[in-house]
Amino acid sequence: MQFRRFSILLTLFWLGLFVLVPHLLVVLTSVMTPDSEHLAVWPVSGESWYRLREHLYLQVFWQSLWLSGITTLICLLVGYPFAFIIAKLPRLWRGVLLFLMIVPFWTNSLIRTYAIKLILGNKGLVNSLLLGLGIVDEPVQLLYTEFAVIFGLVYVLLPFMVLPLVSGFDKLDESLLEAARDLGAGFWQRFRLIILPLTMPGVIAGSLIVFLPAMGMFYVADLLGGAKNLLLGNIIKNQFLVVRNWPFGSAFSVALILIMALLMWLYFIANRRINRQGGLQDESL
Amino acid sequence: MKAFRWGFVTLVFVYLYLPIALLVINSFNVSKYGHEWRGFSLKWYEKLAGNDALMQAFTNSLVIATLAATAATIIGTLMALAIYRYRFPLRKTASGLLFVVMLSPDIVLAITFLVIFIALGIQLGFWSLLIAHITFCLPFVVVTVYAQLNGFDKNLLEAAQDLGASESRIFLRIILPLVMPAVVASWLLSFTLSLDDVIISSFVTGPGFEILPIRVFSMVKVGVSPEVNVLATLLLVISLTLVTLSTLLLKRKKPQ
Repeated sequence: MQFRRFSILLTLFWLGLFVLVPHLLVVLTSVMTPDSEHLAVWPVSGESWYRLREHLYLQVFWQSLWLSGITTLICLLVGYPFAFIIAKLPRLWRGVLLFLMIVPFWTNSLIRTYAIKLILGNKGLVNSLLLGLGIVDEPVQLLYTEFAVIFGLVYVLLPFMVLPLVSGFDKLDESLLEAARDLGAGFWQRFRLIILPLTMPGVIAGSLIVFLPAMGMFYVADLLGGAKNLLLGNIIKNQFLVVRNWPFGSAFSVALILIMALLMWLYFIANRRINRQGGLQDESL
Repeated sequence: MKAFRWGFVTLVFVYLYLPIALLVINSFNVSKYGHEWRGFSLKWYEKLAGNDALMQAFTNSLVIATLAATAATIIGTLMALAIYRYRFPLRKTASGLLFVVMLSPDIVLAITFLVIFIALGIQLGFWSLLIAHITFCLPFVVVTVYAQLNGFDKNLLEAAQDLGASESRIFLRIILPLVMPAVVASWLLSFTLSLDDVIISSFVTGPGFEILPIRVFSMVKVGVSPEVNVLATLLLVISLTLVTLSTLLLKRKKPQ
């Protein structure tokens, strides 16, 4: 009984103290009054929430959503066929390639972002190549543009898209595809009617895991986009660590949490619908 | 079609590895800016060895990653066991909270950690970094170990229970050996996540205990730092060694 009680208490204690309570505290902070000395004080104030509607911040919201959206789309367009190919490989190869996807993580993503900076710079690899081949006469400004930020975000986040997609393809029942082929369905038909609907949970999971963190990656925007407030993460970081307006920073974070909750809700609904459709198909078979 | 497939896969891996390859190559390059190859040299390695602050941050990062991975693996394995084997109040809430940690963007976790540490009066530095790193690794440990727990024969546990084995004995003698591959995989995954983190560390770090990303951030924000290339190379070598060792260890155990 000792052991049992210990593991249960440890679970509840750790998750309560370091996950549940902190999240509640952030929500609480967002409705407190900013204070330069004590960070946040009573009484309750809606000021931080009201300020979110200022033009500057709305613009960052849209910009963040847009940059993260494009990043997610590119990751999906590259990751989907990539995961499909990997999932169909023999076991050994599959393991090796998935392992190779993880190796870059050991260098720390900040250092990898720095590497991207070296590649996209005016004297970087891309520009040397373009100049050397005579495609351009002067270096193209790649660094400190939105393009560079998207390039960097895709670079850091692509593996997060691929991994759930691979496990989605793993669960795909090969016999369904064979049956469809025997009944004369072409590749496009098989893809649209079988492969895509059945791998949809993986697609949505991967998109969530890319889209949400992308909005917070301030260091990518700092290093590759120049000193602009491009992402929600930049604003949150500034409010917490530089301006030290914790209530306002918290309001931003809670807004991000709400976006996250909304997307997760959509994910569950989509998942349920897909499962139900799957059930119907089983019956009709 | 086959050539096209391999071409595509190769292209993606070139994209993933080209930046890292450049770092590794340039760590041996005489040229500071690395725009061209000017000959082999180890001078940046010497320079890093002489850069005390950077070396300290590098060591600190490895210490945090090792401790956090170890603690997260132990706590996470117990959590997976509790959620899998025992029925207790708030069990659903516990797995929900793990889910929240897994899906929350790092920036949100970062500020929740900062707020709780300030509220509890924990000084920012070693302990705050360690607790934060343990916590964000936990869900990945639980998911990995839980999946393996789900895979094995429940009769074994019931048999042991009927024969009067205590819970801790069942855990140590039956469950732990059976989930060992998952435990090792969890440790490596946690180590990786901890080393890779930038956002959470930036928020919960303190002046007394600096780790790599914070040090590196100030170095690379403006200019070029060849020592960073050396760091990247060293990190890769250390991690690859760890993985090779663990794979060998696991392989040797299997035939028994």
